[in-house]
Amino acid sequence: MIRTQRLAAGVCALLAALASGIAFPGQAVADETDDQAAPKVELVLDVSGSMRTADIDGGTRMAAAKQAFNEVLDATPEGVQLGIRTLGANYHGNDRKVGCKDTAQLYPVSTLDRTEAKTAVATLQPTGWTPIGPALLKAADDLQGGDGTRRIVLISDGEDTCQPLDPCEVAREIAAKGVGLTIDTLGLVPDAKTRDQLSCIADATGGTYTSVQHKEELTDRVGQLVHRAADPVVTPVATEGTDQCSSAPALKSGLYTDREEFGQQRWYKVDVNPGQELRASVSVAADRAVNPDYGVLLRAVTATGREIVRGEASGTGRTDVISTGLRYPKAESDDENTAAETVCVQVTNSFSAASGVKTSPGLPIELTVDVVDGPSKASDVASFGLGRGWWLLGALVLTGFLAGVLWGWLSRWRVAVWRTN
Amino acid sequence: MRITHVLSAALLAVGLAAGPAAADDASPSPSTSEDSGAPTQAGTSFRTATEIDQGQQATASGSTGDYLYWSFPADAGQRPDVRATVKLPGSHAAQTWQIDVYDGLRRRQACQYGAQTRTAAQGATSVELACVMRTVRAWSEPWADDPLPGTYYIRLTVVNLGSADLGQPMSAEVRVDSEDIGGSAAVDGSLAKPLVPGIAVKSESDDSSSSSSKSAKSAVLSSIEPDDGWSSGWWTDRWVWTGIGGVLAALAGIGGYALTRGTGRPSRVPPGA
Repeated sequence: MIRTQRLAAGVCALLAALASGIAFPGQAVADETDDQAAPKVELVLDVSGSMRTADIDGGTRMAAAKQAFNEVLDATPEGVQLGIRTLGANYHGNDRKVGCKDTAQLYPVSTLDRTEAKTAVATLQPTGWTPIGPALLKAADDLQGGDGTRRIVLISDGEDTCQPLDPCEVAREIAAKGVGLTIDTLGLVPDAKTRDQLSCIADATGGTYTSVQHKEELTDRVGQLVHRAADPVVTPVATEGTDQCSSAPALKSGLYTDREEFGQQRWYKVDVNPGQELRASVSVAADRAVNPDYGVLLRAVTATGREIVRGEASGTGRTDVISTGLRYPKAESDDENTAAETVCVQVTNSFSAASGVKTSPGLPIELTVDVVDGPSKASDVASFGLGRGWWLLGALVLTGFLAGVLWGWLSRWRVAVWRTN
Repeated sequence: MRITHVLSAALLAVGLAAGPAAADDASPSPSTSEDSGAPTQAGTSFRTATEIDQGQQATASGSTGDYLYWSFPADAGQRPDVRATVKLPGSHAAQTWQIDVYDGLRRRQACQYGAQTRTAAQGATSVELACVMRTVRAWSEPWADDPLPGTYYIRLTVVNLGSADLGQPMSAEVRVDSEDIGGSAAVDGSLAKPLVPGIAVKSESDDSSSSSSKSAKSAVLSSIEPDDGWSSGWWTDRWVWTGIGGVLAALAGIGGYALTRGTGRPSRVPPGA
């Protein structure tokens, strides 16, 4: 009896699962709550024909990559969802159009089955073209969903052979679409063109570029990048500032990202109660080739347009970000019913770029807002009005001495007056 | 800090015997080096900066061209001294390295002295950088960018290099020590909360996590705190100075009074009185 009931329940459950699986194929994965915040990493490996070249510690580039992958797969931290995508692995021919679409997911982004992943890696044979751009686009799709950090590790030995789609632009667009996605690149050949392209891809997303000449370097670096992805990091919330305060989005304490084009203004609003302190900081990242002198200005302005306080920074030379911040302690109010003040926060940048550099999507902004309780207050320059130092001691001793003498004379005089009377 | 407190409190008790000069002797902070458990990697942005303690020797490997970030706590009265050593690969052209220090509001902080930027000559195997910051104050006006208690970020990067050197392996060591400046830097007032990014979010989630049993290790922007907590700001060796000053003034007062009394009976008093 119990058995039949169970069986029936099981069949029902199976049917339901099937039905929902057919209706929403992605549902099952999305429902796993643990996966929501899991960091996702996709290793994108160039399997183009040139990977056959034997110039890394006597072995081929492919052999070095395979060995590195095996070791990295062994050392992948728990909780990291790892996938592998290849580019140029399947198409042998000379048709550029076909060759430039040749990118395949070798191992899906999921909780790692080491044996399976390793077997998949072992089958790779250096073959075709180098479609970096399309591969990055696909990789970004593979990593979609979830709140965790997302990282693409691109290992390549040559520049993209599928122009005019510039992989650098692709990378920038990917970064603009998704929040918290980084592309790290590793170049197996130290030639100038590859280096420029790969470092441009890395810079566009706040990633790193490494030039690899030895097997160990490759293993260490890929392992380091995968581990880096596993570190818990606050994922910023995407917001969109407007060009004036009245229509600006209201922000609470937290971490936000936005995009700002050259010369654009971005406004945000924050409510600050009496007795609270607003702390805001902003970083504008240089994700493309910009002129070497730049700056950022962060202003806190009242609703009526009066500037309360500003933070400004400028810099020169090579940089990843330029950042500044401000504090605005709002005084306590005696009236308990005082409404919160709406403080407008304006972000402007003075980055510029040579003509020919794309201006959209804008530069990535990172904005932190903290509204903490209790304004800071001070009544005196010195701590509690206390003093220190030899001059203080001297002054006190002198005053004490003079007071003593005066008191002595006074009392003598009083005694004398009393006696004569 | 605590040692300073205890010592100074003891001094206050001993007062006269010890003399106020001794208050200055208690200042050098005992920076114990705890190399075990020191971080061996660095972050690549403000958000991912690796947290280190003062006195810890943090190491990291990376590629030339990376922007390496660490963060450390600094409390009122401390003058942090940031030192970094970059080890470079055998062959390279001349390249310029730089450390920048940012406060909890990501404002760049000036270095009083130290070689913040230095050029490694062609083929040099290492370059050493240093930045001695200004003294961290307990409070400053919102319009000033004085260093305040809270998180500080170190950014280490190459600012000028030949393009052929980009992406070459390098490693770095970073260490932060700080000198305790003591009462001379003590100001009135204090921040309600230290300048730790995300502190408002953190305290909110602390409140909510006590009610809901959410035990997941949530990421925070900065969870940094000095070993013995943030100072409350009430202590300063000015108490000792002022206290001793008061005692000395009282003694001087008694002395001055005694001087006017002279020894024995005053001469002008008639003998018969």
